[in-house]
Amino acid sequence: MLQAKNKTGLVFFPAFDWAIDPTHPEREERLLYTQDQVFEEGILDIDGIKEFKPDLVTMNDVNRVHFCIPDGWKVMTESHFISAGGAKTIGMAVLEKEIERGFALVRPPGHHANRVVHGARGFCNVNIEAIMIEFLRVAYGVARVAIVDTDCHHGDGTQDIYWHDPDTLFISIHQDGRTLYPGSGFTKELGGPNAAGTTLNIPLPPNTSEEGFLYAIKNIVLPVLEDFKPDLIVNSAGQDNHYSDPITNMNFSAKGYADLTTLLKADIAVLEGGYSIEGALPYVNAGIILAMAGLDYSKIREPDYDPDRIRQSSQVTAQIEDTGAEVLAYWKNRDEIKAKMQQYGEFNERTRRIFYDTDGISEIQKERIRVCRDCGGALRIDTSADTGFHVLAVHVPIKACKKCRETGYQWYDEASPDSFQRVYLQDRPDDNYLEKDFK
Amino acid sequence: MIIGLDVGGTHTDVVLLDKQGLIRGIKVHTDASDLFSTVLLGLEKITQNVDPDLIKRVVLSTTLTTNSIVQGKTPEVGMIVSSGPGIDPDLYKTNPHYFTVSGSIDHQGRTIEPIDHNEIREIGKQLKADGIKLAGVVGKFSARNPSHEMEINQILADDLDHIFLGHRVSGNLNFPRRIATTFLNASVYPTHKNFFQAVKQSLDKKGLKVPIHILKADGGTMSFASSIDFPGQTILSGPAASVMGAIAFAPPDEDVIVMDIGGTTTDIAVLINQAPLLDPLGIELGGYKTLIRSLKTRSIAIGGDSRVQTSNGDLKIGPERLDFAMAYGGKSPTPTDALVVIENIQNCDMNRARAGIESIAMETGTSIEETALNIFDQTCQNILSEARNMITEVNSKPVYTVHELQEGYRVNPKKILVLGGPAPYFARYLEKISEFDVRAIPGWKVANAIGAALARTTCEVTLFADTSRGILMAPEEKFEESITKEFLREDAVNKAYDLLKQKAIEKGASTEDLEMELLEDLQFNMVRGFSTIGKNIRIKAQVKPGLIHRYESVAQNMSPHSSGSDEG
Ligand SMILES: [Zn+2]
Ligand SMILES: [Zn+2]
Repeated sequence: MLQAKNKTGLVFFPAFDWAIDPTHPEREERLLYTQDQVFEEGILDIDGIKEFKPDLVTMNDVNRVHFCIPDGWKVMTESHFISAGGAKTIGMAVLEKEIERGFALVRPPGHHANRVVHGARGFCNVNIEAIMIEFLRVAYGVARVAIVDTDCHHGDGTQDIYWHDPDTLFISIHQDGRTLYPGSGFTKELGGPNAAGTTLNIPLPPNTSEEGFLYAIKNIVLPVLEDFKPDLIVNSAGQDNHYSDPITNMNFSAKGYADLTTLLKADIAVLEGGYSIEGALPYVNAGIILAMAGLDYSKIREPDYDPDRIRQSSQVTAQIEDTGAEVLAYWKNRDEIKAKMQQYGEFNERTRRIFYDTDGISEIQKERIRVCRDCGGALRIDTSADTGFHVLAVHVPIKACKKCRETGYQWYDEASPDSFQRVYLQDRPDDNYLEKDFK
Repeated sequence: MIIGLDVGGTHTDVVLLDKQGLIRGIKVHTDASDLFSTVLLGLEKITQNVDPDLIKRVVLSTTLTTNSIVQGKTPEVGMIVSSGPGIDPDLYKTNPHYFTVSGSIDHQGRTIEPIDHNEIREIGKQLKADGIKLAGVVGKFSARNPSHEMEINQILADDLDHIFLGHRVSGNLNFPRRIATTFLNASVYPTHKNFFQAVKQSLDKKGLKVPIHILKADGGTMSFASSIDFPGQTILSGPAASVMGAIAFAPPDEDVIVMDIGGTTTDIAVLINQAPLLDPLGIELGGYKTLIRSLKTRSIAIGGDSRVQTSNGDLKIGPERLDFAMAYGGKSPTPTDALVVIENIQNCDMNRARAGIESIAMETGTSIEETALNIFDQTCQNILSEARNMITEVNSKPVYTVHELQEGYRVNPKKILVLGGPAPYFARYLEKISEFDVRAIPGWKVANAIGAALARTTCEVTLFADTSRGILMAPEEKFEESITKEFLREDAVNKAYDLLKQKAIEKGASTEDLEMELLEDLQFNMVRGFSTIGKNIRIKAQVKPGLIHRYESVAQNMSPHSSGSDEG
């Protein structure tokens, strides 16, 4: 009988009755054939693989991460409570040592959801990995976390949430932003002044194949993880790098994903994108589960798999090697980069335009961070959207120093009804989430 | 009149019922080395002085096939397994003559790689040369497209006596279980067939020409004749007999826990509105996980004859059983001895029971009476905690839709029915220490045989449609039809019910007992390249396990109303 080498947990929640709209890639049918494959392979019968029913997240779990405008009930659907809850269930089972590793095979995904949420972007409303991670920090005192995002699209939402957090290493491997949504994720995006270097981006050229992905994992991601020494590794396991994916241009395979999983040894994997629902997902997911469990996956492959047909060109290889060198140099010099960014006064500001493609909303953010050597820094976000909302959101980080905490409260208390409709405060040290409605 | 017969480990219970209730119930000793004689003896005794023409139905629950599997007394069979990519099928090897062959079908039932006829022919030759007469043929995703299994069957037909095909065992997707189930069917076929022929001959001789039914692990029956091709379905029907016996006494619209307290183990099951909860996939036996429908039961290795020991002054009850209670001639103290002491039970060896409990009392430093109470208390607490765990497990079963997650039924039993036993003593004490309303089932000594007698025929049908390819299929039922793009979910549901009705009647159901329900009812828009190309529809329907109609009054009349009974 088959016996998993690593005790592996699985939340499988295909949300067979939920879709963004009937013909949207994020629709009921998405995980149907994956379920068929996983069931037919008998994977859930394997000794040491345990399926869990997802818990629901609470509104507090959501507010710990997001500023939902105007509130969480307007942003969350039932399915979001469950998909984030599925990730949370796996996270808890890992931290309780009920399992060694776990995979939340859930939908809808979340890695394009920013800290501020006016609506859905890139099929995402809330960031299910971040909701899980911040819950685990509060419930189990997890300190250092690494997120490796292997979805084909840049994990811009996760990057936004952890931009100022020096205790969370975010590495995104994705198709070059010049050729794919959301158009970001370039190597020079390294994080804010208090956390420079703990955001790393590895853009890969179109048509990158197994060789290129595994090169990036072995030569960039693993050495950086080795240095960072995280307490927990989370894989945002998007599956849209597959050669058959309809909305991307990469050449990755089921075997490649399983190899990547074996190399990365993530404690928790959370499904993100992946829209080749018949030709890729059934095989990729079977491969990932077996790899997590430490079982042989050498005979898992797509019916039309042909390594020669998808092999990457030498130009692609050379380009990836250059990118790798660049990223590693940033990582090596992260302290100097950070010191340099911190030398321009007490506050650092940036203004951004954010487009919510799924819901067609435009947002303008003015962000101010307190430059701080003792914590992630108090964060003030002045945000307005063409939905008519103009609000202020203040974040006090979990290990905030006294000064940053005071600054945060000062911003919250001083906000004027003349400028804002609402003000929100995330008081992470007290796990307390406040808001004032001026209307 | 109906006869119900349930073969147990030590004795076999047989009852004779009519619409007014129990006529009589008897017990005969089970001869494990000759179950056939045991069954015949039971039938012989129960039919004494009964006009054969009055007997309308006989239901048997036997351990024959179960024993032959557990004891490994089955002939070598051939297994031909076609997998294609995926988990290495050699990991599921069931027996020496296990061949993995080429051929591959994907999750949509599309052929990826054909069967290699020469390869199959060579295997046929080898099986023939090795004197093998039976074989199982199993393909991955054959529940979506059985053509490869049928092709192999055709090639091998001349070399073998009987071939079992994987797609006929279940419509459920689970390749390793399909392999194991097909293997078990092929393996127990000769034993079951011989039994069938012997029973039939001997009943014919008596002039009993009634349909004989076999109890299945899901608490339903199938006709003896239709069990020949699916002999695996008859395994582990014992727990089902007891649970079905409890149904007659379960209140409607309520969740109920059923506990069958045996000598070695206690089996726990759950009833929801008088229907037993089923295991979603199938029974596990002798290391094989199968696709054989079964009740969801949980077994704990604690029973009346469990060995009681101490370790560091603490009581330890079970899991092993040496023999019987000391009060009944056994070698070591048991919970039954504790009961004998507490309740001052007569007709047994009280001195030996007390001596047994005393040996424990010396270790724990408590009085004999106190020790007996502690032993019985811990026995009941352990059983209760297992029952609670089972309810938690049932309620944490994964679901796959938002609707089910939010509105899904949560089992919340307030009542426990106890049989086996001695049930009345257990019931009284369980009620005292728990929040449950606990009752012993009237006639608990023969409730299992009553359950077998009254169980209705059950079966399941799995149907799927893909309107983009114009196919409607239920391979398990040998059903395939072309459909148009306009085919609707409602059409599929109707078709599934038609197939189910037909199947149930073939398997021995009477039309008045066709209580049908949908187990799965899903429809998906199939979208390719941002446009809808068709619908993927999946329907699963079953005849619910339950009791046959017109015998409801049996529950109200459990005192035998005719002479000849030696059990109350
Ligand atoms: Zn993506
Ligand atoms: Zn600070």
